[in-house]
Amino acid sequence: MAEKVLMKGNEALAEAAIMAGCRHYFGYPITPQTEVAAYMSKKMPKIGGTFLQAESEIAAINMVLGVASTGKRVMTSSSSPGISLKSEGLSYLAGCDLPALVVNVQRGGPGLGGIQPSQSDYFHATRGAGHGDFHMIVLAPSNVQEMVDLTFKGFDLADKYRMTSMILADGTMGQTMEPVSLEMGEVKTYDKPWATTGTKMERPHNIVNSLFLKPEILEEENFKRYERYKKIEETEALYDEYMMDDAEICVVAFGIAARVSHNAIDEARKAGIKVGMIRPITLWPFPKAALKAASEKVKAFISVELSMGQMVEDIDLAIRCAKPVLLCNRVGGMIPTVKNVYDSIMQANEIGGDR
Amino acid sequence: MLNLTPKRVTLFSGHYGSGKTNIAVNYALGLKKQFDNVCIADLDIVNPYFRTKDSEKVLNRAGIKLISSEYASSNVDLPALPAETYAILDNPALHAVIDVGGDDRGALALGRYVPSLLKENDYDMLFVVNRFRPLTRDVKSTLEVMNEIESACGMKFNAIVNNSNLGEETTVENIVSSFKYADEISGATGLPIKMTAVNEPLAAEIAQITENVFPIKLYVMQSWKLQEDR
Repeated sequence: MAEKVLMKGNEALAEAAIMAGCRHYFGYPITPQTEVAAYMSKKMPKIGGTFLQAESEIAAINMVLGVASTGKRVMTSSSSPGISLKSEGLSYLAGCDLPALVVNVQRGGPGLGGIQPSQSDYFHATRGAGHGDFHMIVLAPSNVQEMVDLTFKGFDLADKYRMTSMILADGTMGQTMEPVSLEMGEVKTYDKPWATTGTKMERPHNIVNSLFLKPEILEEENFKRYERYKKIEETEALYDEYMMDDAEICVVAFGIAARVSHNAIDEARKAGIKVGMIRPITLWPFPKAALKAASEKVKAFISVELSMGQMVEDIDLAIRCAKPVLLCNRVGGMIPTVKNVYDSIMQANEIGGDR
Repeated sequence: MLNLTPKRVTLFSGHYGSGKTNIAVNYALGLKKQFDNVCIADLDIVNPYFRTKDSEKVLNRAGIKLISSEYASSNVDLPALPAETYAILDNPALHAVIDVGGDDRGALALGRYVPSLLKENDYDMLFVVNRFRPLTRDVKSTLEVMNEIESACGMKFNAIVNNSNLGEETTVENIVSSFKYADEISGATGLPIKMTAVNEPLAAEIAQITENVFPIKLYVMQSWKLQEDR
């Protein structure tokens, strides 16, 4: 096995993108994701790729749309306020059925907010990334190795389903340094007969477009897209389980919140509490089946998050409101402490029971 | 183990993520054992997280003055340095450690203090290297980073700190494997290796293999291990 290297989450993600064959990066600096752009600016010129600091986030996402139209792997990255600016482009990417990777290293909001970590763009990523009916595949890394692995996977899924993959990280994942292995295996390539690569007088023109003025056709486009989404929901949901075998309380957490929860669960187990965790790795598709199955065994759920209970809605839906869902959260750049989560576990243990 | 023979001002610089901040904090704590009047200045105007300021409690307890932007580790992303940084230059009774920001961009902020430092000429400018960082994996790219920093701040390094590590997973073998790399940097630049920084649990074993081992504690705490708010 190749020697590991010590990398910051943002750098690891950038390197993984390059290894996945991405040679086009467009972005605009914003804390706490700036290292992605900085790394790309150092590396892309050396390998014949394109790094371009756009004049704005809006320009960057539209440059992504341009490259994606040619079938090349392309990405942009930003942090919460910058991602809001990209919303229009995200909708256009969906309307054109184009594959791309978009990275959101979240910080506290709303508005200009702050620069410390957050998960409060959960709704934006999983529900409302822009106007119109569409989804993105949303991947939530919980350590630096996953910043690498999920970036690789994100490009693959984007190509496979012709849609945007989003890496929904938080400031801590972007800034933390951990040893990583960069052995990624083969990059799978997909035929892209739709790409605008020049007809060479051998085929009709390919047109990449999201404008359909005939409602019958636009409806058909939406129906076809949702057929694909259905398949993704059935086959691509990813999650990780920790100590769920005999669990009576189920913590649900992703990203940095899962790291904290892991330590709190270890503490609670020492106190004899049967608690485990389901860690969603894909936030869309949400691992509904795993949660539904857990709801038949546990007496309560706890959503641990750096937002105001946004994931509680997905848990409630997945378990059809069968059990109580508690919220353990910190916001504004604060991270739940081990004690915060431990106290919630104790609280769930007290009040848990059939609702 | 390392015997500190410090100059009045010790500066740590290098590729970002090379471990400067943690070494600077440990070095200041070491200095405090020899001198009454010790301060540490955080000149990092680039990195928003993992700052000298995170070690504020440890430094306060040891009686070491911390000079840092009042905005560090807050929600204000303002690259401002406090006026009291000049106290380092104006007070000859002070022993100072300067934690310079990473890369050429971070080192730029040092420029305004350089003429005074050169004039007094009682400083060590230390280049911190970590072979396990992806952009300083080999000697050539490490020397590139070094030249960029020197050009940005207008000051030359006069020694090297080998801080090669893989974080919590670091083994004795990892550190030993970095000796050749450090020697080659030393050979190419003509600069001595001032110290090899080693996390405390491994320090005794490494000290049997090489000289000038500087045992360090990790003061930059990962947030998911925090039991309580900072």
